[in-house]
Amino acid sequence: MDFGTGPSSTNTEAGSYKRIEGVGGNFSVLIVDDDPIIRRIHRVMLNKFGLVTHVVENGKEAVDLFRSDTCFDMVLMDMEMPIMDGPKATQELRAMGVNSMIVGVTSRGLESEKQSFMGAGLNRCHEKPLTTDIVTSLIQELIKHY
Amino acid sequence: MDGIVELQRQLVEYTTSLYDEGFLDDQFIQLQQLQDESNPDFVVEVVSLFFEDSQRLLNELANSLEQQSLDFRRVDAHVHQLKGSSSSIGAQRVQGACIMFRNYCEVQNVEGCLKCLQHVKNEYSLVKSKLETLFKLEQQVLAAGGTIPMP
Repeated sequence: MDFGTGPSSTNTEAGSYKRIEGVGGNFSVLIVDDDPIIRRIHRVMLNKFGLVTHVVENGKEAVDLFRSDTCFDMVLMDMEMPIMDGPKATQELRAMGVNSMIVGVTSRGLESEKQSFMGAGLNRCHEKPLTTDIVTSLIQELIKHY
Repeated sequence: MDGIVELQRQLVEYTTSLYDEGFLDDQFIQLQQLQDESNPDFVVEVVSLFFEDSQRLLNELANSLEQQSLDFRRVDAHVHQLKGSSSSIGAQRVQGACIMFRNYCEVQNVEGCLKCLQHVKNEYSLVKSKLETLFKLEQQVLAAGGTIPMP
């Protein structure tokens, strides 16, 4: 398994990245996206917040991971992906009883498409790429979630 | 020391011009803020991914638009990807060109699509050249013993 871990404490001059201690220690995030640029950006961003990350390229790989009893506290789920897209993967995960926080990320701006993705079982949906403010609010929600 | 200050000044001036002329937007600043000791080449790595991805997509678009029977959904899918990756690195003008391109795909206007492809290619070439110059200036500052001014 390829997990990227951020430094134990990060507080740079330029950004305001704080490591948040959650229940049981570091939160783990599965990044599901077919775009290698987004995977890289989101991985580095989340690692700076002290989150443990793993990346896969489509919804099927995400579902297969959970089926093999690998769990994550949060899933960042891209909407459009080959093989299995975000809405389908989200539906499957919820049908399996997965209650991790699932956050949709989409480059589509239409409200109707976001609502439709939310209906698949997301906790939240944001446009990508995520900003540090959004990641901060996601972590705060993770703390409440657990 | 004067040499380093002058190089840094040139770098700041050049960087500012990229934002003023709309080549880059705030997303590029976000990338620069993610770069640190644990990811010292992060910006160059991500931009290199963007260059590879864009070249591939532009080639696919050129092929698709040469086909007898144009598949607008396929063209739109490629433009959507290019729009996504350009917005990820803050390449604002490329992103804008992609938005226009998608509008012509939606109404299935072949001539419009061909013109847009040229426009996207032009904007991509420009931003590629600008970013390569930016990275060269940064290297010159570092080689002279200076540090890169933070955004």
